[in-house]
This record gives sequence, C-alpha cells and structure tokens, in this order.
Amino acid sequence: MSGHGPPPVPTGERRADGGPPPGRRAGRPDGPRRTRAGRPAAGVLKEIDPTKAVYVALAATLLGGWLLVAIDGGDFLTTETIVGIQQRSAALGIVAVGQTLAILAGSLDLSVAYLISLSSLVAAEVMAGRDGAILPAVGAVLAVSALVGLVNGTLITRLRVHAFIATLGTALILRGVIDHFYDGPAGSVPVSFQSLGYDRIGPVPVAALLWAAVAVAAWVLLRRTRTGHRIYAVGGDPEVARLSGVRTGRVVVLTHVLCSVCAGIAGLLLAARLGAGAPTVGTDGGYDLESIAAVVLGGTALAGGRGGVAGTVGGVLLLAVLDSVFNQLEVNSFFKDVVRGVVIVAAVAVYALRGRKRRAA
Amino acid sequence: MKRTIPILVVLAALLAAMAVVNPFFLEPAGFLAFVKRAAPLVILAAGQYFVIVSGEFDLSVGSLVTVEVVVAARLIDGQESATWWVLLLLVAIGALVGLVNGLVTTLLSVPSFITTLGMLLILSGAVFLWTGGAPRGALSQAFRVFGRGDLGPVPWSVVILVVVAAAAVLLMRADFGKRLMATGDNDRAAALSGVRVARTRILAFVLSGLAAAVAGILLGGFAGVSAQVGQGLEFSAITAVVLGGVVLGGGRGSVVAAMAGAFSLEALFALLNLYGISGPLEYTVQGVIIIAAVAAGAAQFPSRLRAST
Amino acid sequence: MSRRQSLSPLVVTAAVSVLLAAGCTSDRPPGATGATTSASASAGSGAATEGANTGEQSKFFVQADFDAQLAMRGKEAQGPADRPWEQAIDPKMVSTADYKKKAGDRHLCFSNAAVNNPWRQVGWKSMQAEVALHKEITKFTALDAEGKDDKQISDIAELQGQGCDALIVSPNTTATLTPAVQAACEKVPVIVFDRGVQTDCPVTFINPIGGYAFGADGAEFLVEKVPAGGKVLALRILPGVDVLETRWSAAKVIFDQSKLDVVGVEFTDGDAAKTKSIVSDYIQRHGKIDGVWMDAGATAVAAVEAFEDAGQPVPAIVGEDQQDFLQKWKQEGLTAIAPTYPTYQWRTPIIAALKILNGEEVPETWKLPQPKITAENLDKYLQPNMPPLHYAMCGCETMPGFPANWGGK
Repeated sequence: MSGHGPPPVPTGERRADGGPPPGRRAGRPDGPRRTRAGRPAAGVLKEIDPTKAVYVALAATLLGGWLLVAIDGGDFLTTETIVGIQQRSAALGIVAVGQTLAILAGSLDLSVAYLISLSSLVAAEVMAGRDGAILPAVGAVLAVSALVGLVNGTLITRLRVHAFIATLGTALILRGVIDHFYDGPAGSVPVSFQSLGYDRIGPVPVAALLWAAVAVAAWVLLRRTRTGHRIYAVGGDPEVARLSGVRTGRVVVLTHVLCSVCAGIAGLLLAARLGAGAPTVGTDGGYDLESIAAVVLGGTALAGGRGGVAGTVGGVLLLAVLDSVFNQLEVNSFFKDVVRGVVIVAAVAVYALRGRKRRAA
Repeated sequence: MKRTIPILVVLAALLAAMAVVNPFFLEPAGFLAFVKRAAPLVILAAGQYFVIVSGEFDLSVGSLVTVEVVVAARLIDGQESATWWVLLLLVAIGALVGLVNGLVTTLLSVPSFITTLGMLLILSGAVFLWTGGAPRGALSQAFRVFGRGDLGPVPWSVVILVVVAAAAVLLMRADFGKRLMATGDNDRAAALSGVRVARTRILAFVLSGLAAAVAGILLGGFAGVSAQVGQGLEFSAITAVVLGGVVLGGGRGSVVAAMAGAFSLEALFALLNLYGISGPLEYTVQGVIIIAAVAAGAAQFPSRLRAST
Repeated sequence: MSRRQSLSPLVVTAAVSVLLAAGCTSDRPPGATGATTSASASAGSGAATEGANTGEQSKFFVQADFDAQLAMRGKEAQGPADRPWEQAIDPKMVSTADYKKKAGDRHLCFSNAAVNNPWRQVGWKSMQAEVALHKEITKFTALDAEGKDDKQISDIAELQGQGCDALIVSPNTTATLTPAVQAACEKVPVIVFDRGVQTDCPVTFINPIGGYAFGADGAEFLVEKVPAGGKVLALRILPGVDVLETRWSAAKVIFDQSKLDVVGVEFTDGDAAKTKSIVSDYIQRHGKIDGVWMDAGATAVAAVEAFEDAGQPVPAIVGEDQQDFLQKWKQEGLTAIAPTYPTYQWRTPIIAALKILNGEEVPETWKLPQPKITAENLDKYLQPNMPPLHYAMCGCETMPGFPANWGGK
C-alpha cells in the first residue's frame, strides 16, 4: 500500500477542505469544525490519537486475557482461538469498514443488518448450489447492495431526510421484504464457495484476508485519493466543503454506496459460512449497532470528519478479543453485554476528554 | 402551534378510517380501549421528545422498560404490601438512568447515541444478570391495576396518560421549555444568552427516563411479566416523535405533535390490522411512512437540515 | 412557515393509501418462495387438505414424520420409570465401541445456541446440575453462541482445539449448522439435541417426540372440548422456525379435519402485550371465541387475561408447562391442556456422552417421552415455590441445588 503515491491534489483545495495530510498518520483534519457549546471542538491532536489508544487497549486486553485464562488453567493463544478471533471478527470487520466511511462523511447507516441478511439470501438463491453461478451471484449481491446504498444516499442528500431516519426507514422496508418472502434459510451455496468461509492459510482464514483487503482498499481511498480527502472535508464541515467546491451530496451518496457494498460482501461471507442464505443472520449478529460501536471504539468521531479505518480495525479486534476471553472464561452473555456497554461508553469518554485537555493546554 | 397541524390532520384521517372499518371504535369503550393501548408509546414519545428537541437521542428507553418490569416482578414477588415502595423505586430508577445518560452525555462529552447505546447494553445485561437469565417473582394485583384496571368507566392508563400529557405541555410552556428549545436550536447561542445548556439536557434525559418508568409500569400492568416487554420500543418512540414533525438535531417541533405521532403510529397499525395487512408488510409501511413524513417536512426547509450531528 | 405544513399530510396520506391499496391484493404470503435447502420441502403437500381459514400447509410439513410422531405418543418408552430423561421410545441401538475410552477423567464440551429465553435457562441449569452429578466429568467447557449462527460455527471450531472427549451441540438453526457439525464429527463423538442437523454423523440425536405431537395434543383437546362450529383462534410466535412450524402444521391438519371454525391465525412475537391486544381484538370482533390454540405457552396467561378483562368466561385453551399458566389454570379452574417440550432433555446429552465414552450402546435417535399436563395430573406439576416462567417438566426436582438454582425458594 505504501507504493501507491497520493494523487495530485491542488494544494488550494486540500487546504480549503481541511483534508488530512497524505502521510501515514491516521490523523485528523486540521480544518475548522462546527461545534456546539459544551462539546469539545475537534482540537488539533498531534501527539495522542484514539487509533493508537485502541491498539494499546487491544494489546492490554490480549495480555490481560492471556493472564486471566492462564490463571483459570487454560491456554489462551492456541491456533483455534487465534483463528476463532479472526473468524468472529471478519464479517463485523467488513461491515464496520463500510460504516466508517459513512460516519466519516457525517452520516451513519442503520440498514446494514437487514442488508446483510438480504445479501446472504440473494447470494444463496442465485448460486443454488451451482459452481457456475458464483460469479453472477456475487455480481447480483454487489448490484443489490449498491442500489440500497444509492437509495440511502439519495434519501439523505436529495430528500434531506436525516440519516438516522432514512436508514432506519430503509431497514424497516428491507425487513418487510425479507420477512414477506422468507421464513427460514433458503438457497444453497456450493462447496467451492464455502471455502471462503472455512479455508485458511496457516493461522489466517480466507475470511480475514478478505477483511484485510477491504480495509486496505478503504484506507487507500481515504488516505491516497482526492475522494478520501473530500469525505473528511464533508464530514468535518459540509458548509466549508461546499464553499470550497466539493459536491457534498455526491460524496455522501458514494460513502453510502460503499458502506452498503461492504454489507453485501459481509452477506456473501456469511452465506459461505452458513452454506445458505438466512433471513435473520444480519439482525442476530446485531451488525447495525455493533458496527457503529466498533467504529466509535476505534476513535472515529460519530459527528464525522475525524478518524479512520485503522482505528476501526482495532475496535473490531478489541471487541473480538474481549469476546474470545469471555468465551474462554465462560462468562455468561448478560455480563458480556454489561462489559461491552461500559467499554464503548468509557472509550468514547476518554477520547472526548483527551480532546478537551488538548484544547485547554 | 402551527407545526402541530399536519400530524393532527393525519391522525384525524387515520381515526376516521378506523371508525369506518370498525364502528365499535366510535363507542366510548372502543375509543378508550384504543387510547389505553396507545398510552405507553405516547408516554415514551413524550419523554423521547424532550431529548430529541434538545438535540440528542435516547436509545436506552426500550431496555429501561424491560428493566422496570423485571425489577418490579422480582421485588414485589406477589406481595401486595410491597407495591408502593417498589413503584417509588421504579420511578427513582427511571430518573437515575436518565441522570446518568445526561451526565455522561454532557459532562463527559460522549455523543448521546453512544451513551444511550451503551446504557441499552448495560441495562439489558445487568437486569438478567441479577435475575439469573429469566424474570422471577410476580407482580401484585395493586401494581397491575395501573395497566389493567379502570377508574370508573375510564382505564387507569388513560388517566395517567392525560396527567403525563398535561404535565408535558405545561413543562414546554414553562421557562424550561423555552430553554430546551433554545438549547436544541443552537446551544452556543443559548449558552451565551444565559441558558445552562448541560443542566437543561440532563433534565431532558431524566424526563425520558421517568417516561420509560411510567410506560414500564403501564406495560407490566397490562400484560404481566415478560422478558421482552421493552423490545424495540426505543425505535418506535423515535419514529413516533419524528412522525410528529419533530426534527432530529433539535430545536423544532411540539410535544403535542410528538404524542400525536405516537397515536398515529398506533392507529396505523390498528388500521393495517383491520385491513388484514399485518406481519411483514407492517414494517415496510412503517419504513415508507417515516421516510415520507420526514422528507415532506424537509422539502419546505431547504436551509437547515444537514443535521449530521 | 405556512406552506410547510401543507405538504406533509398529503404525502403521508398518499403513502398510506397507496400502501393500503397495494396490500389489499396480497392477503397471504406466497408459499414456498425459494427455500431449496430444507430437505423436507413439499413432501407432505398431497396429504393435507386446504383449510378454509388455516392457510396453506407449511413447507416444513412432512406427512411421514407427522404420522410417526402421532403414533409414537401411544408407545411405551423403555427405561427407568421415574427417570423419563433416560427413557427412549423405539430405540435402535448403535455400538459406540469405537469411541470407548479408558475409565478416568472426562472432558465434555457443549456448544449452546443461546440462553436467551426461560426454556433454555431452565434446561441449561438442569444440564449444569447433571454435570455436577458425575464425578468423572472433571472439565465441562460450554460456549454460548448468543443466538448467532456465525458465532456457533466459530464456537464449534474453537472447541475442537480444547481437547474435548465428546462434543454436545444444541444447534441454533438446523440447515446452517450442518457443515460445522460435520467437521466436528471427524474429530470427536458428537451428540446433538433439541434441534437437529441435516447429517447423520452425530452418534446420537436426542429430543422429545417432537413438534407434531405437541401441536396435535393441543388441537385434539380443542376438537374434543369445543362444540362443532365453535370459533378457534390460533396464536403462533413467529413463522419459519422449524420446531414451531411443525407444531402449527400438525394443528392445522387436525383443525382442517374437524368441524371447528378457525377464525384467525396470528403471530404474537411471543410478546405478552401484543398477545393480549390480539385476543381482545378477536373477542371484540367475533363477540365470542370458543377456543385458543397456541404453539408455545409463554403468553398463555396474557391470552387468559384478555378474556377476563373483557368480562367473558375463559374458553378451552392450550398452554405449556410454565408455572404462571399452571397456577392460573388451577386458580380459575380453566378448561385447559399443556402439551410440553420437556426441558429434562437437557440432562440426557450428558448421560449419553458418558455412555458413549464408556463404550455402551446408545439409541441412534434418542426419542424421549413427551408428556402432557391435563386436569388429572395438574397438581403434580404445579409448584408454587418456583418462578412464574419456570418449566415444570425439568426433571430437576431431586437434583442438588433445587429449587434455589432454578430461581425457586
């Protein structure tokens, strides 16, 4: 990824839209941000950033988990757990990468869970167990999901419906459609396609490689292209972005299309895992709220404009490692929910606090 | 309030349609039965309204309702004598949860979407951690009266709804209402003009928590203990408020419209049911309608709607 | 300002009317759209007649299974009389010599679909108590998939690295867990219970007689108690769950052959408030309902209350073995029946695993008896000291830690 240089961006535009420097740092744009009283403004954070914080937390969790499991008399880092952590996080990770794009642009997507279910069904129905139908199925899923993203983006930008309502509405519509036509697993995925969900190279599952590919693609988009800078600009301050010549509507639509396509890819992955399409796989996994939680846990600001894919990947891994530790210690699921809730709120509070301290200094 | 008129027109149309399909609806008993059924959602919508108009979200109300019912069942455990102090405790829990939501959101600067999402997870986990996975105990008859019984010809829940609605309207007419509106519209300007923004928002969350407590008492009373009594209510409440023309992002919309939105939503479901469209299509209809309602509201509002916070 | 309010009601009303109009043309969901995976699809379509109000037969319906289960109800189960969880109906024993291990410490593993409802809670507690009864089980590793297929697939894979002597699986979904179970079969003896999988690689599959018997028990009771022409309301939790689809499809067959008038089939989502509202609506619409059938008893009390609140006598009703319903039944002297899907089946997999590791024969398909609670044996199952959502058929009364561990006092 480092061999890919930044595309030529007119200096004037970059300064105007407050885009991030094209370097490696997962920094924040330096541009002005619209704020509300009582909220920290997006300060200039150079030294400490949430992306590092989440990886520190990840390392600490791994260490703590290893200790706890060792005390419990178990062995935390076996091949099975390492593979398990990756398998568990791949689908959520892919959705969360997409969600990061939408959130960075100042939007969010509550429809991903139902879209994942729909994608798994479309994939398995088109494949119907035939090897030859894999490509058409993948194409169909990508087309359907891109269309849903286009609808979301259009509702938000053209009809000016708040993203929360627009995507909640889309989610309800998809739910109705799915429940109307399906009342159980349907279609079937050929064995060759199932290898996407089950095969691995050494300790690295193919699913994790797919996730890595999606994350790297999104990273390149955000860091190395003009479009990426525009996404930050629009999320940072749409007014300023518009004044500096960015077509904000298009940018928001694009992030929604990409977010939905990510959900579609996650749906394909889950279809490969399950061997069939399942109308509840998206909602059972809670991918809507959980992907948003993973994104903010990774340090991306819910208001948009700050953060990045690297943090999200850390956030997803942190949730997966926590899950794995709980699994090993056989902690009951209700306790897990409590811990998850506390971790998410505490993380965001810490990020916000840091922002404030910086400003005060 | 002029903003209230559109949703009242919609509500009137829906009610008229219901009366046509089901004449029983025109009788006092039929109408009161409908109001009784709608009461919990209307109360939740009123609570959610305060939070939304101040520019925030409260996603924790659904699990708070579940907590209220499960806690009540375990503590009352069928003893009539325990009813009253448990009721007080439930109200206190509602207020406390709202207070924590408000404090974390304002003092720790956590976006309310995340604060209340975290609270949702914490509440739903904690309550079943405490009861060992499934509800225990039982509600007393005295407790159930509020959701199930009547005061003369009028169901108790209707009486409670009227009281809550009146209180909500009075609050919005009072100084607090003006401060809340100003906070949601532009909190910096509000702060400059002397409004204590944080305190106002915290109070809004407390009101939402209290509304969830009352809704929990009514729902528990209506149908008894259940582990999923509050499931999905947060989204229904937000939908209802938005349907009433209240703008996400704050500063616009009336509490009467929010409650009318909740009534409309209930009326719509009842109507769909009468027409035999229940089940999956209900969701599709709900989705189309909230998008349509918000889009229609936004169409005349070109300047301020890119509310991305 | 004034133009703003003109548009929104129009749009909303238009949207409502369009949707109403569109909706009116399709009262009934199209039957078997897609669903090519369920091996049992369409097998029974010839046998069941189209009922007037009961809709199309479920695509999950299999006539042969239906007949087998109904026949099984009358058969004597083999095994200790006071321990139904060790009994088996028509057992076809298989040798487990291949899995025999030297006597000594046992490490059992369990992949649980979820503990997200009271039925699974009661069962899970009984399973843990069963484990505690056997000193040779020195380690018991259980992972909770929290109702997520994908997590259960990972859990099963992860358990294979933990040195389990035997793996017990309670699948979250039948079709989607099959590949994971197949993979596990190659490494350890696998025991599946509750819901099945579409492979016969597990050493044994344990469950009670099944959904057809459950649904039929309730429906036959109503046919007996409700006079001909009586109005019956059928309440279901949600569509598409195999173990619930079989219950309704059996009831449908029996109602279609009877003279009862099924006035409605509604989904309650297992929500008490929704159930109560639906039943109230039907009472109001039809004046009187003569019988209520349910595919699960969790909301039975809410249905009973709807009649009480309407000032009507409670008609013949089908519930389940949850204590709140049994208590209401006793208190109000209801005309009722409670088919059961016994939670004691959670004890059996532990017993089966130990037998397998000792090289003792086990039934290939371990069918446990599935008793029903009637007016005659109600008192035996009514336990006022237990929580309202406790399932009476837990077989846990004599286990250590009872009743406190199950929430009783």
